[in-house]
Amino acid sequence: MLQATELSGGYGSGLIVRGVSFSVQKGELFGILGPNGSGKTTLLNMISGLTRPESGTVAVKGKMVDSYTPKELARVVAVLPQMTSSQFAYTVKETVSLGRYAHQTGFFKSWTQEDETAVQEAMKQTGTSSFAEKPLSALSGGERQRVFLAQALAQEPEILLLDEPTNHLDLSYQKELLDLLKSMTANGLTVISIFHDLNLSSLYCDRLLLMDAGQIHTIGTPADIMVEQHIQDVYDTDVQKQPHPEVPKPQMSLLPNMPALAEVDIHEGLLEHQPDYIAIRPPVPLKALSSGVIGAGWGWRSAFVNRHVDKSYNMEHFEEEAAAFFAGKGFDLNETVGMMTAVKMEDAAWRMERQEDVSVFAVATAGVGNAVDVTQPRSSWKKQITPGTINIWVFANGKLSEEAFVQGLMTATEAKVKALADAGVTDRETGTMATGTSTDSLLIAATQRGAYQQFAGSITPLGIAIGRAVYEAVTESLQKTTKRRENL
Amino acid sequence: MRKRSTRTFLPNKKAAYLLALLFLAVSVFIGTAVGTIHVPFRDIALILSHHLIGTNLYLDTSIDNIVWKIRFPRVVLAGLIGASLAIAGAAFQGLLRNPLADPYTLGVSSGASVGAVLVLFFHISIPFLGGFTLPAVSVAAAIVTIFCVLLFAQTIERSMKLETIILTGIIFSSFLGSFISLMIALTGEELRQIINWLLGSVSMRGWPYVQLMTPFFITGALMLMYMAPELNAMSFGEEKAKHLGVNVQRKKMLVLIAGSVLTGAAVAVSGTIGFVGLVVPHFVRLLIGPDHRHLLPLSMITGAGFLILADLTARTIVSPTELPIGVITSLVGAPVFALILLNKKRKGGVA
Repeated sequence: MLQATELSGGYGSGLIVRGVSFSVQKGELFGILGPNGSGKTTLLNMISGLTRPESGTVAVKGKMVDSYTPKELARVVAVLPQMTSSQFAYTVKETVSLGRYAHQTGFFKSWTQEDETAVQEAMKQTGTSSFAEKPLSALSGGERQRVFLAQALAQEPEILLLDEPTNHLDLSYQKELLDLLKSMTANGLTVISIFHDLNLSSLYCDRLLLMDAGQIHTIGTPADIMVEQHIQDVYDTDVQKQPHPEVPKPQMSLLPNMPALAEVDIHEGLLEHQPDYIAIRPPVPLKALSSGVIGAGWGWRSAFVNRHVDKSYNMEHFEEEAAAFFAGKGFDLNETVGMMTAVKMEDAAWRMERQEDVSVFAVATAGVGNAVDVTQPRSSWKKQITPGTINIWVFANGKLSEEAFVQGLMTATEAKVKALADAGVTDRETGTMATGTSTDSLLIAATQRGAYQQFAGSITPLGIAIGRAVYEAVTESLQKTTKRRENL
Repeated sequence: MRKRSTRTFLPNKKAAYLLALLFLAVSVFIGTAVGTIHVPFRDIALILSHHLIGTNLYLDTSIDNIVWKIRFPRVVLAGLIGASLAIAGAAFQGLLRNPLADPYTLGVSSGASVGAVLVLFFHISIPFLGGFTLPAVSVAAAIVTIFCVLLFAQTIERSMKLETIILTGIIFSSFLGSFISLMIALTGEELRQIINWLLGSVSMRGWPYVQLMTPFFITGALMLMYMAPELNAMSFGEEKAKHLGVNVQRKKMLVLIAGSVLTGAAVAVSGTIGFVGLVVPHFVRLLIGPDHRHLLPLSMITGAGFLILADLTARTIVSPTELPIGVITSLVGAPVFALILLNKKRKGGVA
């Protein structure tokens, strides 16, 4: 559809773009990325025929771009620049109608039904119909940008060139605009767009071109471009790559340049003991991976609560009830990990373990009324609602990799299983050694300050500390609950 | 943000055209009727129909002479000049994307003035042209000027950005202006004649001048109106216009030439008459919006009516002495324009 060959050019003296070659297929959404001054807009201007390249060629539909007449070109290629303005108060409808200029032929340039339909359709697609009669000057920047998009669409182009189209748009319109473009590429429109936002372009584009100092750094699928090393090379900025939660496209997070942080220790002194819950509110938010009633999954959390509920607790609407309880106690639901157990809070146990440059503080409440051997065949899990839970918190005073979090979960679980085995807890149904209970919860939270811990396997300092702390805490809590039951 | 109310649209374009034509017709009749001898509207209608469509006339020939030989050509000439200046102003404003641009911005009128003043100063009389030497030289000078400006701008920058053209126009304007001043300084008794010409007048011109003006007017006005869609596109900027499919280089050139022909002819015939090209399009734009397909013809009609009334005022207000018409247009135009600007400023918008 579009083929650029060895394009070089720029304004005035000096080449801003040097030897850029690429091709774009029909129906592609092609993104151009690069830092300020890397020549993105110059490249786009050469493609659109606005700037004549010093050397190299641009072919549109197999024909050189400079052999088109202006009108012919406008029927094939439409351009949405970063900012268009007029000193005069044209209405939205008048502005969009100008998009039909290239389609109006003959001496009197009469306005046909086809023109009207194209204009109405373009305004409908961009959601600008509702202010069709307003003057442009009465619109916000984002609304104006959509009007000019409508103008470009009214040209009924086969190729649409955009220069940072999402610049003035708020979040919902960014998404709508890109969804619209994406759906139009499915109908055969070819879109070439400059993006500032790496993540947006990764989400929507079929292919990306990463510019660096006027040359192509990398060209390929989002996965090819969104490599931490590439982005660091080109933008000279620290980023971290993560998967998108729903879409199999990589995303980049900026890593702000923060001053070295003072170390923070999570320890016994921070434990708050209440009759119906224990809590820890660390001085800084902790990066946490957990299961729990609220605040499960990944997150930065600033409060951790383990709540006692009665054995007869109604499990039907436990999420709403629990949320109301935690909120009522003054915990911010967005920043809290909350767990529940039938175990009395007096039976909670904790242990601090230090290994080399890292320390681990573990808290456990262990009830085994419901102990289960997960390795035994079993018919149904859902029926079972008798509470009896082992809740474990592991706080690591160090900077953990994601790998360390996962290994930490494994290590903590192994320690729990060993504690149950050493305490002789059995699955009542099968009579075999229990490996846990049916509703166990686990939390690993790290201060992300201090020494870096890449691993938390069983022979690493962090792994050893986790194993020891969890084992001791679970064992002690088991002893307390067992004693309480015996005393009954 | 500007409120919608600041652009007061007339309910529809037809009404706007009717209103403008009515204004023009009333101006023509009043302009013809009022003077030392009052001529009733009915007589004017009779005389006009006699001359235009050949109906019988039973009126005194002296009245006929006053109306047909003196007043009516003057009104028509004033109308043509007003129309030319207004449509050229509207086109230049659209092209230069500047609501304060004016046929005088590009140095065209200075060029025309230099031509005229040269004729007055050296008492040049070209054979076969006789009394038409001045307007002929003046139009020629205007066109030569715009080509010089464009050539100069192109030498500076091949793509001829509008900013470059405006700057070049201003440079030429001051340069040519100093020429005029020089000639005035060197003049003895022709001083008054030159000053009078510079201030502008349409008196004692008669039909020959109308004939001289008409072909320039028709050519220029038709060219500009035909390019209304391009002017719309170009008022969003040259790059945008190019993206929309406009052959910017060529159309820009055509608009500049058409506008200069109109301005040059008007200046040649009547001297410099300020503010018509600025105030009239501005006012029309406020009423019907900036769409050049309507702005250009409506500015033309309104400009004609406006200058006829201005001329009427100029010749009657201190009768029997006549004021230069440029004095009237500036006296009316400048304060009105100031008011429009103030109003805009208060509403916090840009043109």
